Amino acid sequence: MNIQTNIEGGVAVNQSVESAPIVKVRNAQVFYGDKQAIIDVDVDIRENEVTAFIGPSGCGKSTLLRCLNRMNDVIPICRVEGSIKLAGQEIYAPEVDVVALRQKVGMVFQKPNPFPKSIFDNIVYGPKIHGLVKTKSDMEEVVETSLKRAGLWEEVKDRLDQPGTGLSGGQQQRLCIARAIAVQPKVILMDEPCSALDPIATATVETLIDELREKYTIVIVTHSMQQAARVSQKTAFFHLGELVEFDTTEQIFAAPKEERTQNYITGRIG
Amino acid sequence: MTDAVNILATSSSPRHAAESRFRLYGVIAIIISLGFLFVMVGSIAIRGTGAFQQSFVNIAVPLPAEKIDPKGTADPQVIRKSRFGGILKSALREMFPEAKSRKDKRQLYKLVSATAEYSLRDHVVANPDLVGTTASVWVRASSDIDMYLKGNIDGTLDESQRRVSDLQLAWAAELQSKGRIEKRFNTQFFTGGDSREPEQAGILGAVTGSALSLLVCFLLSFPIGVLAAVYLEEFASKGRINRLIEVNINNLAAVPSIVFGLLGLAIFLNVFGLPRSTPLVGGMVLALMTLPTIIIASRASLRAVPPSIREAAFGLGASKVQATFHHVVPLAMPGMLTGSIIGMAQALGETAPLLMIGMVAFIVDIPGGITEAATALPVQIFLWADSPERGFLEKTSAAIMVLLGFLILMNLIAIILRRRLEIRW
Repeated sequence: MNIQTNIEGGVAVNQSVESAPIVKVRNAQVFYGDKQAIIDVDVDIRENEVTAFIGPSGCGKSTLLRCLNRMNDVIPICRVEGSIKLAGQEIYAPEVDVVALRQKVGMVFQKPNPFPKSIFDNIVYGPKIHGLVKTKSDMEEVVETSLKRAGLWEEVKDRLDQPGTGLSGGQQQRLCIARAIAVQPKVILMDEPCSALDPIATATVETLIDELREKYTIVIVTHSMQQAARVSQKTAFFHLGELVEFDTTEQIFAAPKEERTQNYITGRIG
Repeated sequence: MTDAVNILATSSSPRHAAESRFRLYGVIAIIISLGFLFVMVGSIAIRGTGAFQQSFVNIAVPLPAEKIDPKGTADPQVIRKSRFGGILKSALREMFPEAKSRKDKRQLYKLVSATAEYSLRDHVVANPDLVGTTASVWVRASSDIDMYLKGNIDGTLDESQRRVSDLQLAWAAELQSKGRIEKRFNTQFFTGGDSREPEQAGILGAVTGSALSLLVCFLLSFPIGVLAAVYLEEFASKGRINRLIEVNINNLAAVPSIVFGLLGLAIFLNVFGLPRSTPLVGGMVLALMTLPTIIIASRASLRAVPPSIREAAFGLGASKVQATFHHVVPLAMPGMLTGSIIGMAQALGETAPLLMIGMVAFIVDIPGGITEAATALPVQIFLWADSPERGFLEKTSAAIMVLLGFLILMNLIAIILRRRLEIRW
């Protein structure tokens, strides 16, 4: 199977996926000023899988996640070294257009952050700025497909002109997911997407993540080990900026190789 | 156990006393400030309301055709050139034939406003049918008579102590008994320009001058201020230079306004040679003064936009400019507008810088553009307060009422805008 990815100015990269992962991190080092937040991390993220990053607070999992679509660029003191490749293309290369990168790698944040605009405008904003939609009917189509994929269509189809901020917390988060998939990304990064939601909304979002796996590659940062066990196929455990263990989720939770992983998942460190 | 209860009882009573004492201080402070406000507004209102009324005198004016329009052309140009001053004076002499001496006649003519002949002229030009008849015309009473009729001049004083003579008092009483004196709403005050004669002076010239100056001020300071704030807050690196600029902007907001006036005089008038006393230069000087306020308010409202909105836009692949102008600036706009309106209100009340650039001139015409000589509301108040005529006293207070009215209106708009547009999240 071949995938074609446009990262910069029509440069097409052909890559065999059977062996090569879609995101490939090698020797990544991230510094905030003098402080090193990520030490020498290698991670491979494979297509159509959910990869969970777990670990105690301040272990660097969110930092690494934000490196994958260069959200750390807005922090002036943040510096990234090493290699991070998306479909074979170095994303920190100087010629990479960060706007095009973020179209390929979407993001969902910890706190639901819909724009204070209508539900409709929330969804079409991304496709509009990337020139993916032109006509009104294109927009309606993209709104419907995105909301359907995010499992929100039935709940909001009659009030698309209402403000997105008027929805409940769980609905807002699904709206944010719908907004992220409206720009047709390859990878969706989720930074603790359920930490601000109640258990029922969390369950809905988790089901949604599992469904989205068919079409997208998902990387999720979570504090809840149960959540990682429920939704992910691969789990990476971080501690103090290092990647301690990276394996299939069953392996990590059933028979971790490292003692630190064992201690964390049994609640002895954290 | 009982000890603990006792300790609580004794230690709480001084605290309760302190609390109620503090409440009392607060109430007293509010009562005092409300009292001052009441006295200030009340005294202005009491002095100023008289200016909204003006006494008019009815005079039977014979308009002989041979003097005004001998050929019967009804041409406005011909009528306009006639000597209405003489016609009006002879009409007055006819009504009061007892005025024989020059001194008495002069007093007689001073019953009506010095501008009465012009209103008579305009009246006849507008109604050419009146030529050849004896018209009954209402003209403005002179300011002194007006003041007397409003009770501002005490008729019981000795004649040498007041500006109205005994003879004039007798004539005024006679006119009043014949129903030839009437108090009317003073439309001239709202539709006329400044005048040497208090009864003729109006505020529209100053209001127009202020409005034009504020327009220039807004057009200059709002875009510059907002763009400066957006750049400093969203784009510039938050280094030492940015902090230095911020401190200096805060300092500029505290610079006395007369300094900006001097700057305007030195730069805009002397270096650039822009026309003096005009709303253009006035607005530019006020813009200098308002800019720091707008930048500070705009930066504060940009800072109040939650970072999650920026992240959401960046996460979708919006560029910095797109995130800023599609999301952050629209969300900050109500705060920016409110800050600007408050800055404008401050500029509206500003006098000192306008004095420096010559907007303190006596200007009768209502300005028609930003490059015509004009004055402004607070300067007009200053000019009238400076005039010795008794009639200008009430005009001053009335002008203050108009200015306060505009200020309250602007602040109200700011509050309504904030209520209406503010988005809570």
